[in-house]
Amino acid sequence: MSDLIRLTAADLAQKLAAKEVSAVEVTTAHLARIDQVDTAVHAFLHVDREGALASAKAIDERRVNGEALPVLAGVPLGLKDIVATKGVPTTCGSKILEGWKPPYDATVTTKLREAGIIILGKTNMDEFAMGSSTEHSAYGTTHNPWDLSRIPGGSGGGSSACIAAFEAPLAIGTDTGGSIRQPAAVTGTVGVKPTYGGVSRYGIVALASSLDQVGPCGRNVLDTALLHSVIAGYDPMDSTSINSPVPDVVAAAKLGDIKGMTIGVVKEISGEGFQTGVKQRFEEAVALLESLGANVVEVSCPNFPYALAAYYLILPSECSSNLAKFDGMRFGLRAGDDGNHSVEQVMSLTRAAGFGAEVTRRIILGTYALSAGYYDAYYGQAQKVRTLIAQDFAKAFAQVDVLISPTAPTTAFKIGEKLDDPLAMYLNDVATIPLNLAGLPGMSLPIGLAPEDGLPVGLQIMAPAMADDRLYNVGAALERALLSQWGAPLLSNAPELAGA
Amino acid sequence: MAEKVMAFDEAITKFDPVIGLEVHVELGTKTKMFCGCSTEFGAAPNTHVCPVCLGLPGALPALNEIGVESAIRIGLALNCQIATWCRFARKNYFYPDMPKNFQTSQYDEPICFEGFLDVEVDTDEGRRTFRIDIERAHMEEDTGKNSHMGGATGRIHGADYSLVDYNRAGIPLIEIVTKPIEGVGKYAPEVAKAYVAALRDILRNLGVSDVKMEQGSLRCDVNLSLRDTPESELGTRSETKNVNSLRSVERSVRYEITRQAARLTDGQRVVQETRHWHEDTGVTTSGRSKSDAEDYRYFPEPDLLPIAPDTAWVEKLRSELPENPAIRRSRLAAEWDISDFDMQTLVNSDALDLVEASIAAGVDSAAARKWWTGELARLANEQEVELSALAITHQHLVDIEQLISTGALNDKLARQAIEGVLAGEGSIAEVVAKRSLAVVSDDGPLLAAIDEALAADPSIAEKIQSGKLAAAGAVVGAVMKATRGQADAARVRELLFERLGVSE
Amino acid sequence: MSAISRDDVSHLAKLARIEIPETELDHYAAQLGAILDAVDQIASAPTDGVPAMSHPVPMTNVFRADVPAESLSAPEALSGAPAVEDDRFRVPRILDEE
Repeated sequence: MSDLIRLTAADLAQKLAAKEVSAVEVTTAHLARIDQVDTAVHAFLHVDREGALASAKAIDERRVNGEALPVLAGVPLGLKDIVATKGVPTTCGSKILEGWKPPYDATVTTKLREAGIIILGKTNMDEFAMGSSTEHSAYGTTHNPWDLSRIPGGSGGGSSACIAAFEAPLAIGTDTGGSIRQPAAVTGTVGVKPTYGGVSRYGIVALASSLDQVGPCGRNVLDTALLHSVIAGYDPMDSTSINSPVPDVVAAAKLGDIKGMTIGVVKEISGEGFQTGVKQRFEEAVALLESLGANVVEVSCPNFPYALAAYYLILPSECSSNLAKFDGMRFGLRAGDDGNHSVEQVMSLTRAAGFGAEVTRRIILGTYALSAGYYDAYYGQAQKVRTLIAQDFAKAFAQVDVLISPTAPTTAFKIGEKLDDPLAMYLNDVATIPLNLAGLPGMSLPIGLAPEDGLPVGLQIMAPAMADDRLYNVGAALERALLSQWGAPLLSNAPELAGA
Repeated sequence: MAEKVMAFDEAITKFDPVIGLEVHVELGTKTKMFCGCSTEFGAAPNTHVCPVCLGLPGALPALNEIGVESAIRIGLALNCQIATWCRFARKNYFYPDMPKNFQTSQYDEPICFEGFLDVEVDTDEGRRTFRIDIERAHMEEDTGKNSHMGGATGRIHGADYSLVDYNRAGIPLIEIVTKPIEGVGKYAPEVAKAYVAALRDILRNLGVSDVKMEQGSLRCDVNLSLRDTPESELGTRSETKNVNSLRSVERSVRYEITRQAARLTDGQRVVQETRHWHEDTGVTTSGRSKSDAEDYRYFPEPDLLPIAPDTAWVEKLRSELPENPAIRRSRLAAEWDISDFDMQTLVNSDALDLVEASIAAGVDSAAARKWWTGELARLANEQEVELSALAITHQHLVDIEQLISTGALNDKLARQAIEGVLAGEGSIAEVVAKRSLAVVSDDGPLLAAIDEALAADPSIAEKIQSGKLAAAGAVVGAVMKATRGQADAARVRELLFERLGVSE
Repeated sequence: MSAISRDDVSHLAKLARIEIPETELDHYAAQLGAILDAVDQIASAPTDGVPAMSHPVPMTNVFRADVPAESLSAPEALSGAPAVEDDRFRVPRILDEE
């Protein structure tokens, strides 16, 4: 039974299709694993035991009836709590949405259900996706399965941790500045941010509308590709959705051939100032890519140093507007409605009671950046820097097929270490942010453990718009080569998680 | 406490008024601006809502194509330039009828701009045309509806709490803003009213909205400021809301002139504020102070892509525009050779389209006008229906006029025929047959009736023979009565005079 | 130097409808000041003649047909509401005239 949790999504899918194992068995095994380890890991905010088992049962019945089912039918998954699930609590890691059950499903949720994927529950996250450590969750932080005293990354730490802890083989995250990729890097898992517009945002609680994307998380490149192909695609409910065929990421993940490819290392985010072990593993990976037949060159993206500043002006601005709807009038928390307070006061008291410090900070910052007299210097300027970043990428991709960098400057830091210094926290995103500004796709995959602390290091692959398949091709090639070096997946080195 | 006012005539000699009009049109699209919820009026509360127009977390807007098309058509009808590229913007402020606490609107990139509308107003020097410059027309969405509970008047002041219905939230609005309207002097109230009336006409004609001010599908905010002379700088303006009829537009402009004039003459400054118009008392009262205006923190709406109407689309819409109503009226007045006043009568009785159609069907122009503004208008009023809803077709009128022209029917009989048609007795021919409606063409019975009437009152014959021809009326009336209206009044008169040896 | 005062924070908090206690205004002012100092370097980016990017996808004219779609029922719409009366959302008294 416990072996089921160690299987990849692809292998589980095969066994399910061959009727060697039932969806109920698979779900039960994973629920048992959650019971065993989640008190320590705290990847889940809500486990939908009943719903998961009912879905699994229905899948089994359909298979027994001889129905041909989608590839991943019966495979379990953790869903970041920012994705609307009808009738199932969706909190975004915030008190202001405690207990809120949306009256509708996100498009992604609908696609997962139609694919027969079993949603085990909603995973933990930094409140409203603002953070790089999941410490800003109003419901307590998630712990990195590699070392429970360390952060799992953020904002989607719950999703990555749940996979790293073998609570599910698949997870869904969202990525606005690195919230899928950075947690993937520090938990030794794979995470992809698709091209902006590649996956529907309908039903994803918005943080920064022009930066947010939903993406797949898995323990390996192929699993991630399988999930990617389920969730991607045009959605008329999302006006920013791209009406083009989804790139064939699964085929690319099975190919893994980079002979003759040109790969660019971005000079400005190539490891200068990064943790030594991170830099080292990255350089080793570069050498490995060359040995696989790729031509690795250095490229410069001279405006990347402005990316962090642009991001931390655009994001708070957009989020200050996106989060205005949380006012205690139509849904969620309402505080201070004692008959003596006006509606303005109740709104203010509700938001003070419901929002944490980081969210408050960013809303105030965004309100400032958009206010009369400051718009041009802050938000307006940042939007121009976006164009510069996009131009840098365009020039680079005229020379190379993909770009690479270390995903994050450090491995997983200790819980509490950067909590008091917002700026230090923001620096975690320095390598991941440029992609969000330009709307391009990126992947993080594990490339080893840092020698100094034995913690996972991730490499980031970046590709042009709608060339998501290139990520999977390069990722698969690198993963295969590393696997043959290691002899076993990196996660098999993760410490055994003690039972509850 | 009533505010001091100055007599209008005095105010207008002391100050030069400048007006600005902001009109919001609720479009008659089937669905809302950003979602597929129905816009039908009168639904039960919160039944025409969805995650998008409720502003639920995660929802995203999807732009109504007809909303954009209507905006462009309105702009073209107002002689505006149409933007080649524009975006929506978020107008951020908190209010319980705003589900997202921002309104998706347009800021510095309106879809239509730099237009004009000519309006005509009666002045001392006759009919004058004023050109109203239009700054912009842009797309936005309506808010939900607040009902204030617990207070005495149902208004906000004194209310304990409010109830919100979001059925209206997200309904498409087009906001049309004039540039400052200058050089109107004492005609400011009339010009303002004429502008809104003309605008309403054009919008109705385009078919983009039912433009019913009383129902809120056309809303007007009146801005007014005074300055010493037309060369002076613009004064501080007030904005007046709750102006729900054309009459209110005129009255509120007039009132604000008198109120502001009194203040300025007293040495007080005009406060920049939003005021509320009260149609019952004829005054404005102070609302929210505009100087405390919210910083709306506009930025381009990231969830909606830019709109770039291509030339081909715009020109196609332009070519399909209906004729400007004012121009049409002028043309028809010339064609039918009628005065402005007569044309206005037609417009006021909602008869213009009907008259035009009757003429097209073959009815004489004067006859068509006579019927639609006369007997048919009376009948519609009696039945309490719209003129266009009356069950009389243009063919009916063609038939009637045909019979009148051959002398088979007179006016009185024609009205009886109409009555019969409305009573469901069939076509004109059928009613005429059933009711034996026919002008008496045989002189015999007419002469008999004339003699009877003369015999009944011998003094009439004397009067007529002595030159008081008007007395003939009584005889004609008596004969008509005796013949149940089937006499030809002109023939009766002829025979009468012959009988008495009098010439007319 | 982009100092942000406690009065600034107080004004912004009002605009954003978030009640921030007096005792925390200085703390927020300091943190926000530090962040603004860090992002201030954006002023030196070579943005002359560079257009602003509001959307990373180069699409325009994305429209929806004017065709009715399913709405929520009133109970569904009101399902998360903190207070309901007469099938409408009940909200505390509004002071300001619209």
